[in-house]
Amino acid sequence: MARTVTAQRKAINTAVAWVIGILIFFPILWTILTSFKTEAQAIADPPVWFFFDWTLENYRVVQERSNYSRFLWNSIIIAGGSTALGMLVAIPAAWSMAFVPSNQTKNILLWMLSTKMLPAVGVLYPIYLIFIQLGLLDSRFGLTIVIMLINLPIMVWMLYTYFKEIPGEILEAARMDGAGLREEILFVLTPMAIPGIASTVLLNIILAWNEAFWTLNLTAARAAPLTAFIASYSSPEGLFYAKLSAASTMAIAPILILGWFSQKQLVRGLTFGAVK
Amino acid sequence: MELRKTFASATALALVMASGAHAQSLTIATVNNGDMIRMQGLSGEFTEATGIELEWVILEENVLRQRVTQDIATSGGQFDIMTIGMYEAPIWAERGWLVSLDGLPGEYDIDDILPAMRAGLSFEGSLYAAPFYGESSMVMYRTDLMEAAGLEMPEEPTWDDIAAAAAAMTDRDAGINGICMRGRAGWGENMAFITTVANSFGARWFDENWTAQLDSPEWLEAVTFYNDLIQNYGPSGAANNGFNENLTLFQQGRCGMWLDATVAASFVTNPDDSTVADSVGFALAPNRDGMDKRANWLWAWALAIPAGTQQEAAAMEFINWATSKDYLELVAEREGWANVPPGSRTSLYENPEYAEVPFADMTLRSINAADPNNPTVDPVPYVGIQFVAIPEWSGIGTLAGQEFSDMVAGRQTPEQALARAQALVTDEMEAAGY
Amino acid sequence: MSTKASRSAARLMLAPAVILLLAWMLVPLTMTLIFSFQRFLPLRGGFQGWVGFENYARFVGSSAFWPAVQTTVLIVGGVLLITVVLGILLALLLDQPMWGQGIVRILVIAPFFVMPTVTGLVWKNMFMDPNNGLLAHLWRFFGGDPVVWLSDVPVFSIILIVSWQWLPFATLILLTAIQSLDSEQLEAAEMDGAPVLSRFWHIILPHLSRAITIVILIQTIFLLAIFAKIFVTTQGSFGTRTLTYLIYQRVLESQNVGLGSAGGIYAVILANIFALFLMRIVGKNLDR
Repeated sequence: MARTVTAQRKAINTAVAWVIGILIFFPILWTILTSFKTEAQAIADPPVWFFFDWTLENYRVVQERSNYSRFLWNSIIIAGGSTALGMLVAIPAAWSMAFVPSNQTKNILLWMLSTKMLPAVGVLYPIYLIFIQLGLLDSRFGLTIVIMLINLPIMVWMLYTYFKEIPGEILEAARMDGAGLREEILFVLTPMAIPGIASTVLLNIILAWNEAFWTLNLTAARAAPLTAFIASYSSPEGLFYAKLSAASTMAIAPILILGWFSQKQLVRGLTFGAVK
Repeated sequence: MELRKTFASATALALVMASGAHAQSLTIATVNNGDMIRMQGLSGEFTEATGIELEWVILEENVLRQRVTQDIATSGGQFDIMTIGMYEAPIWAERGWLVSLDGLPGEYDIDDILPAMRAGLSFEGSLYAAPFYGESSMVMYRTDLMEAAGLEMPEEPTWDDIAAAAAAMTDRDAGINGICMRGRAGWGENMAFITTVANSFGARWFDENWTAQLDSPEWLEAVTFYNDLIQNYGPSGAANNGFNENLTLFQQGRCGMWLDATVAASFVTNPDDSTVADSVGFALAPNRDGMDKRANWLWAWALAIPAGTQQEAAAMEFINWATSKDYLELVAEREGWANVPPGSRTSLYENPEYAEVPFADMTLRSINAADPNNPTVDPVPYVGIQFVAIPEWSGIGTLAGQEFSDMVAGRQTPEQALARAQALVTDEMEAAGY
Repeated sequence: MSTKASRSAARLMLAPAVILLLAWMLVPLTMTLIFSFQRFLPLRGGFQGWVGFENYARFVGSSAFWPAVQTTVLIVGGVLLITVVLGILLALLLDQPMWGQGIVRILVIAPFFVMPTVTGLVWKNMFMDPNNGLLAHLWRFFGGDPVVWLSDVPVFSIILIVSWQWLPFATLILLTAIQSLDSEQLEAAEMDGAPVLSRFWHIILPHLSRAITIVILIQTIFLLAIFAKIFVTTQGSFGTRTLTYLIYQRVLESQNVGLGSAGGIYAVILANIFALFLMRIVGKNLDR
């Protein structure tokens, strides 16, 4: 960027931004710190900050009580699977709406988005009954499908807005060169669409990972992901802040790390067509 | 090619998932209370002895309740054993949703279960849920603070005694609140407590025609008394405090008295967690001067087998293990008698070793003081002390509970809370077809 | 430009998504619709007869209904206001040159990755608890009386918690939009001596209008469905019972599926009215 500013202005910017950034991040930081304290230190007043005997005891207790790796694995399968399945359905749909628009396109798109308005609690009973009939309760497969469906409208919309920004002339040119539909998609569109696809994938993994209604209500033991893992630490008898913090850290760490490493990709495509 | 491979592995994966786990595996849904976590920890012994694998679903109480109710009402069949309470057991048994536990073997000694517990968990003479632990409510108080205040807590206090003690012990500057009570909304939270207070003041939820009685003078008196106590001598934020929050406060030495479940006694006297472990006294739940109903409740967390499970025999075997006399001894041996799940068996209270536990006697007396078939001064059409054993109760209890919680938060008066609760309860009862 | 062949190919590509969503919407919705005309009480044995519009009348007639609608509007509106206003300010700030921009951005977006259940639990216990929470310690440190957040200012507390989670999302979208702003145009305005405020008002804000609409639309969809945070914090007490939570109480706590289903249908209708209204605006933007 060509804008030049004085060092003083930059210093002020930096200071303000850092203070705000740390303030926003603070609850997460505090949770992580607390997870290494004893229960007594966790509620100490005045609070203890960094200088205490760091302990892994809480993690040990949590791991002993619940088999973390299984919850983690279920979360990975469900978040990954629903995103992969969703992309299989969403990419063609978004592509066709973006490049072969009809006069119904806008309505279809808006209708899709409106299906997300269906309140989950209102349809829990029907879905539960259907799942019983199909034998899908407590199966990762069933949950993957449901999570895919609730996020599908967002996926289609995000991809649509992204695809639409790909200029049509490029396609025309490719067609002139004799490219078929297949080549068109594979060699012309895909490379241009990668950032949009990447950020759609990331956003959906995040949304699927954090979905806390269906994942809790449609699972028992076998398919339960990390959202269910947390539900067993939410308010037990006695002091629990440190253990809650350890469990929370374990539940959010994978997605936090993924999010941080891929934030550039996420940000690049997370426009929903906001940028013109 | 690549796609086909993906499909093949996806299909295989789906098949593996559908076929589920091996035959001998039980899925157990339970609450995240200390005693249950201990059971989970010890359950390796059961698996070792029987070869039956256990899958634990441990959830916070509210989530658990919602999950198991949903599952049993739709015959979802996700659990082989459910942890339920005294409220659910008879209602579900009546619907035919639970397996009768009459088939438990002779050495289980079903007659050893405390009569009050057995009555509350039975339907038409058959036991449908085996008590894992049972409780009543009582007064837990700080002997050191009482002494400093120059007071003595009678073994059978009245509400006036409680109010006087609360006033004497409150010392806001030292961070000590005279009395801690439940304020957090929920039929199993504040309504359990408030209902027992109301019972002891001569109030009742419904008359014999199922007309809600929250507009009666007895209710107003009871609720006003409760509200005054908690406002004047309770901790700040009492409207958010349930069992767990108050337990923490008491353990930190911030409550002079705590009126709550008898199971709490083992937590507050445990020196590992409690800073006041050696200065806790116990007394019966209070009554009103001249009235004979005490504010005791009766509750049990119990293990039940949903009808339709494929694993009935194995589930029965687990219940036989987890609620047996041997299990109590196992816990005693590993963790000491004070940590044994209380309130389920007569033999435990006849055990001389257990009698030395400071709260054993008062727990038993409290349980025996509770009479679920006859909970109120005036006659009522329902059973249950701190709850009304009808399916609608969880809904009305929670709705009403939120009004009382609002009152404790200082957002409305007792009169307003009662009027609104009365309206909500009447609505709900009409909707249910009464 | 599209040929007949590509049009039918396009339709084929669109079909799976449409069919899946149609099934996902219609099947449960139809079942909910059917339940809503029944007296359906699972704990009393399920189906108890047809009752016409009784459940609908009862749901709206309940003294809990209008407060729940108000609470819903208040919470959604409050969160939108906070996230959009702070989001714009934060985006403007992050757009400025500074040291460690990448790290600051990572810190700012982090809350968006946190599970709603964890968010609720951490805020409720470790921050807002009046005895052991960090905010209470802070208040006491300055000699104040700790605020009992969840019962003294319950709706505000919920808005605060939800905003914390959604502010990053708003900031990110707005930031991308700001970065796409033609910096020459801004510099020209700067040269002309246009004051900061007028530059913001006449150049930046109009440019952001589309991004703001999108933030509002997407967030509204998610905010209307907010459940977990309320469930783990106040459980609908102290006037934080939203429409979604009221339906939850009817269906799952009271186990009155008919009544709850009627509530579900109301929620669908209300949400769609809201959506139509919003989409009118966004739809115009989509055409641009």
